[in-house]
Amino acid sequence: MADPVPSSESIDVTYVADLARLRLSPDEIATFQKQLADVLGYVSQLTEVDVSHVSLLGDAELKNRLRTDEVQPSLSVERALANAPKQENNLFVVPRMIE
Amino acid sequence: MELTSLTIPELRQKLQSGELRSREIIDQLAARVEAVDPKLKAYLHLDADKARAAADTANTALPLGGVPIAIKDVINVEGDPCTCASKILQGYTAPYDATVITKLREAGAVLFGRTNMDEFAMGSSTENSSWGITRNPWDLDRIPGGSSGGSAAAVGGHEAFAALGTDTGGSIRQPAALCSCVGLKPTYGRISRYGMVAFASSLDQIGTFTKTTEEAALLLEIISGHDPRDNTSIDRPVPKYTASLGQGVKGLKLGVPKEYFIEGIDSEVEKAVRAAIEEYKRQGAEIVEVSLPHTQYAVAVYYIIATAECSANLARFDGVRYGKRAQNPKDILDMYGRTRAEGFGAEVKRRIILGTYVLSSGYYDAYYNRAQKVRHMIAEDFRLAFEKCDALLTPTSPTPAFKIGERTQDPLQMYLADIFTIAVNLAGICGVSIPCGFTSNKLPIGLQIIGPKWGEETMLRVAHTYEQATPWHKEKPPI
Repeated sequence: MADPVPSSESIDVTYVADLARLRLSPDEIATFQKQLADVLGYVSQLTEVDVSHVSLLGDAELKNRLRTDEVQPSLSVERALANAPKQENNLFVVPRMIE
Repeated sequence: MELTSLTIPELRQKLQSGELRSREIIDQLAARVEAVDPKLKAYLHLDADKARAAADTANTALPLGGVPIAIKDVINVEGDPCTCASKILQGYTAPYDATVITKLREAGAVLFGRTNMDEFAMGSSTENSSWGITRNPWDLDRIPGGSSGGSAAAVGGHEAFAALGTDTGGSIRQPAALCSCVGLKPTYGRISRYGMVAFASSLDQIGTFTKTTEEAALLLEIISGHDPRDNTSIDRPVPKYTASLGQGVKGLKLGVPKEYFIEGIDSEVEKAVRAAIEEYKRQGAEIVEVSLPHTQYAVAVYYIIATAECSANLARFDGVRYGKRAQNPKDILDMYGRTRAEGFGAEVKRRIILGTYVLSSGYYDAYYNRAQKVRHMIAEDFRLAFEKCDALLTPTSPTPAFKIGERTQDPLQMYLADIFTIAVNLAGICGVSIPCGFTSNKLPIGLQIIGPKWGEETMLRVAHTYEQATPWHKEKPPI
C-alpha cells in the first residue's frame, strides 16, 4: 500500500517523449501535460485497493510451449524488404549511427 | 427482401440451390457500398474486381463458400493495404496473410474490403482514424463506436454480411451495440493473432461482427484454434458452436452484476436491458444477483496496462523496416523522433506517452505492478461470480451512440465509453453484444452476455435464445 503516487505536476512530458523517441511540438506538450494529469488523477483511485495479498506469480494454466529449432519456410528477403523506406544490397538502410 | 439484408445461412442456401451465383453477391454488395458508403465511410479500401475474381472460383460446398467477409484494417491480407488507419503505415502492403485470413480462405470466403477504425485500435468512436470519420448507419450525425467502427457500420448498414474486428477493451462489443449487430469477443487465446497488428498483447483478441448469433457461432468455429505461429493461442479442441444453439435457457442461471447498473447509465439503456432480463425469466432461466466488487477500477487498470503495452508494441514503427520515414533525417534519433511525430495521431501519441511514463523508472511499481494486482482481483471477481451462474447479463455501453465531436476534447470521457466491456478483456473471458432494443429516437441498444473462460457455447446459446424471442436483429437501418 505504500507505493507513492506522484502528483500530476511531476510528469515531465518532454522527458517521457524523449524516452519514447517521439518529438512533440510545444502545443502538444502543453495539451498532453493537462490531459495526462487528468488521466493520472483518475487512475490514482487504484491506491484505495488493498493489494497486499495478491502475488503476481502467474497463471497456473500457462505452460511453456517449446518446439525444435528447425528452419521453416518464411518470408523471402525480397518480400521482407518490399515495404522498406530505403534498402540496398538486401539490407535496410538508415542514417549513420556511429561516427 | 434485398439481397444485402440476407444472413450467411440464407446466402448459402441460395448459392447451393443454384438460385444465386457468388459473383452476383459481390455485384450487389459492391452496388450497395457504392450507394451508401459515401455517407457511412465504413470502408478504407475495396477492390471489387479482385473480390469478383475470387468469387468466380469459390467452392460453394465449403462452409463459407462464396460468402464475402470484410476485414478491419488491422489484420494483414496478403497484397492488400493494412494501415491501421495510421499515416505511419500509408502505402504499406501486407506481405502475408494473417492466420484468420488463411482460415477464412480455406473455408471458401471471399475477402471483401478493409474497414475503418481508430488509429491502431485506440479509441471508442472511430474518430481517431487518420482517414476520416465513419458514421452510424442509424443516425449519420453520430459515431458508430470504436475502435472497430468501420466493421460495425458496414455490417449494421448492410454493406457487409459479416466482418472481422479486434477487441482490446470493448472495440467489437461497443460498436456492435451502437450499430445493432452481434459482436463477439472470444476468450483470450481462442483465436490466433498472427498477422494482426498488436496494440495491447495481454488484452487483444480477434472476433466477429454479424447480423445474427448463428453467424457468429459459424465464423467462430472456422477461425478458432491453436496456431504454432501464435503461442498465446491455446491448444484446445474447437467445439461445433452452431450445434450449441437452439437449446433454450431452461435450467441455466444467469447473473446480473449490481455494479453494472450505476448512476450515469442512460435510462432508456437501463430499461431495455432490464426488459431483456425479464424476457430471460419468461424463457425459463433463473436470474441471480451477483457482485463484481472491483468493477469501478477496471477503466483505471486498463489505461495503465493497455498504454504500457502499446508503448512497447508501437516501438516497431520507427521508419526503418516499413511504413513512413521522415524526410532528410540528420541522424538516427532525428529520424525516429520525426517519423513518429509525423506518422502518429494525437491519441496514439497520448497513449505512448502515458504508457512510457507508467513503465519508467521509479513509477513502475506505483502504476504498472499495482494495476496488474488489481487486474488479478477483477479476474477473481468473475471467477467467483461464475460459481453462482452460467453467464452474466449487462448493458454493453452506458449510453447509445453519441454525437460526432462530442467527446473528442476530453479523453477521459471517451475512455468511460468502455466502462462495461473493459473488465472482460482484463479477465481474459468471453463476451458478446446482441441487439436488445432502440431508444425513443431509434438508436440501437446492446445487451452484453459474458461467459467464463472457454464458455462460448453457453454464452452463444443464451444470446441465441433471446434473439429468437425478439425482433430487434431484424430491424433494418434507415440508410
